[in-house]
Amino acid sequence: MALLLTILVDGLTYASWLFIVALGLTLVFGILKILNVAHGSFYALGAYAAASMVAWFASMQLAPAFSIVAMLLAAVVVAAVVAPLCERGLLRMFYGRDEVLLVLVTFALFLIMEDLTKQIWGVNPLYVADPYMLFGMVEIGELSYVGYDFMLVLVALIVGVSVWWGLNRTRFGKLVLVVIHNEEIAASMGVNVSRIYTVAFSVGIFLAALGGAFTAPMISVQPGVSVGVIIISFAVVIIGGLGSIPGAAVGALIVGMARSAAVHLWPVAELFSIYLVMAIVLMFRPEGLFQRVQARKI
Amino acid sequence: MKSTRIIQSALRNTRLLAVASCLSLAQTSPAVAQEFRIGIVSFLSGQAADSFGVPAVNGAKVLIEAFNQGKAPAPYNKPGFGGMTIVPVFVDENGGATKQVQELRNLYDRENVDAVVGYVSSGDCLAVAPVAEEMKKLLILYDCGTPRIFEEASYQYVFRTASHGAMDNVAAARYLKARDTKVETINLINQDYAWGHDSIKDFTLSMAVLYPNAKVQADQRPKFGAGQYGTEISQLMTQPADITHSSLWGGDLQAMILQASPRGMFRKSQVVLTAADHVLIPLGDRMPEGVVLGARGAYGMLAPKSTLNDWWWNLYQNRWNVYPVQAPYRMAQGLMGLKLAVEKAMAANRGKKPTTEQIAAALTGLEWESPGGRIKMALGGGHQAIQPTAIGITKWDADKRMMVMKDIQRFDAECVNPPPTMKSEDWIKAGFPGAKCK
Repeated sequence: MALLLTILVDGLTYASWLFIVALGLTLVFGILKILNVAHGSFYALGAYAAASMVAWFASMQLAPAFSIVAMLLAAVVVAAVVAPLCERGLLRMFYGRDEVLLVLVTFALFLIMEDLTKQIWGVNPLYVADPYMLFGMVEIGELSYVGYDFMLVLVALIVGVSVWWGLNRTRFGKLVLVVIHNEEIAASMGVNVSRIYTVAFSVGIFLAALGGAFTAPMISVQPGVSVGVIIISFAVVIIGGLGSIPGAAVGALIVGMARSAAVHLWPVAELFSIYLVMAIVLMFRPEGLFQRVQARKI
Repeated sequence: MKSTRIIQSALRNTRLLAVASCLSLAQTSPAVAQEFRIGIVSFLSGQAADSFGVPAVNGAKVLIEAFNQGKAPAPYNKPGFGGMTIVPVFVDENGGATKQVQELRNLYDRENVDAVVGYVSSGDCLAVAPVAEEMKKLLILYDCGTPRIFEEASYQYVFRTASHGAMDNVAAARYLKARDTKVETINLINQDYAWGHDSIKDFTLSMAVLYPNAKVQADQRPKFGAGQYGTEISQLMTQPADITHSSLWGGDLQAMILQASPRGMFRKSQVVLTAADHVLIPLGDRMPEGVVLGARGAYGMLAPKSTLNDWWWNLYQNRWNVYPVQAPYRMAQGLMGLKLAVEKAMAANRGKKPTTEQIAAALTGLEWESPGGRIKMALGGGHQAIQPTAIGITKWDADKRMMVMKDIQRFDAECVNPPPTMKSEDWIKAGFPGAKCK
């Protein structure tokens, strides 16, 4: 029983982190039809920006609690500055072209951003460790967990509900849904499709950067942090269905739980368990768990 | 007639050009002969850059400058390599083994380097060694740890100037035994690739010899670059063992420490880190005290007191504002060995620049003093080094505001490395026959 509880707790905390990052990836694909390989780079950028922002706040002698504000602000800055620059300055030139070409363009963006982060922050590791202990320790059974991990569960919940509410309960969200349904008809009805693309891409990037910013206190921020997160995020959105928000949530939970169970019961099968689940889902639901089968447009 | 004159004029010009070229070559040739070009390959980007690649390259830069200026202490005090100016060509190791094979060919064919000193990744070392041998060019592997290089093949042109990874785990096991540490249960957390697997094998085999009743409980193998270790830490803590062994390094090790330390893993189990000195500086007081720690050699805080080490430590620290850790030490011992081999071959060649074969012959079986101790090219037919090592325990020095090492125990090279006649795995399994320990 204690083992089951531990597996559930570990699975939930891992899934929360994964959901925050994967949600941005699925959102960008759902609206812009871009499989954004550079998503991990925005995650890394969020982590670097958080490291700088937290250090800046600390230099102003602000209370440690403000470091959470600093991390949030770092993600906002990345979304507000870098995302529109990439969308308007690069991706827009390739809209309407083959989706494979867009994958290659985002891969190029990934490589460029990897080098840019090195140019700006160098190769030495940065630390944002102070916020990690802000929420104390939580005792569950015989194990103690860092309270920060459970704060991430709360952040994931807030982010998931906010994005769902924004899409389904606001005027802007309804316009986004119209664009997803049919971009041409939306444009002919006077919807500013271009603006919707920019905002949607920025929100997706905000989520990637938020994931990076809130992960920064748990790791040493250094070159290479972007690589692993892309692969696992793709597994999540493929299981859930590309472009589906509930899919990202369920996909993250499935991956988190499968990984946690494997690490506790059969550690050598950690990665295998994730891709086994993915293969089983794709066998029965090739479009993912929450993606509706779509009629091909001619 | 006019066309004949044009042809004659063109021929005259061509002859003039040829004579000018010959004169120019004659003028430049002696200058070229005074250079010794070295390709230096290490991670300048990617996950290994911060911990290994960049510190190693920084070490190469200061040492080559000191060599060229003749400012190194004896026996390294001749300017350059026997008077030849050392010209380094730096190449990024990031990008995988296939890319490295092409880069190695470029270094020899296009950059015309006389030798290549490089490679952190064991995969890269395994890929490039046969290529250098095929091209009959000198290759010094300065860092990678896999024992397979010289245990599964023999080379004439390839050398490794640092011990392979078996030494680190044998020394860690011997350290625990020497301090009479109680070990009935063992947990393991190592990366899921060649380095991690080799470390698990060498450590568990060594422990089986020294602690025959100890049992392995948990064996975690997170993927390289995982970053998140919460679940692994929970699993290790649900079955806390007497010791927890790890060969994690770089960002992975730092993330594991940052996540495991607040949860009390370092209090519940004696943690043994075999390749971890490079995280002491960046982690500072976030590094737990009481950790048994190795540096893959007697490097950094574990280095022996000597004039050569003091000189090297100050040279590096004055230039980079940080003390040298394992990667620059290994780079330094590689370059020092190459310098002595070139100068030895040069002396035998009546002061002329030696050929690759002459340098290779001089380096085979060579011994030299390095900041981390005496290096002996004793294995692999004189192509694979053995060296002394040291293990210690972390302790926070409040006055210096830095993590230091206490209870340091030194191991002679022959105590923790196999003899030339045995493969490391067979040697450990057989109970370290022929080991010479004080």
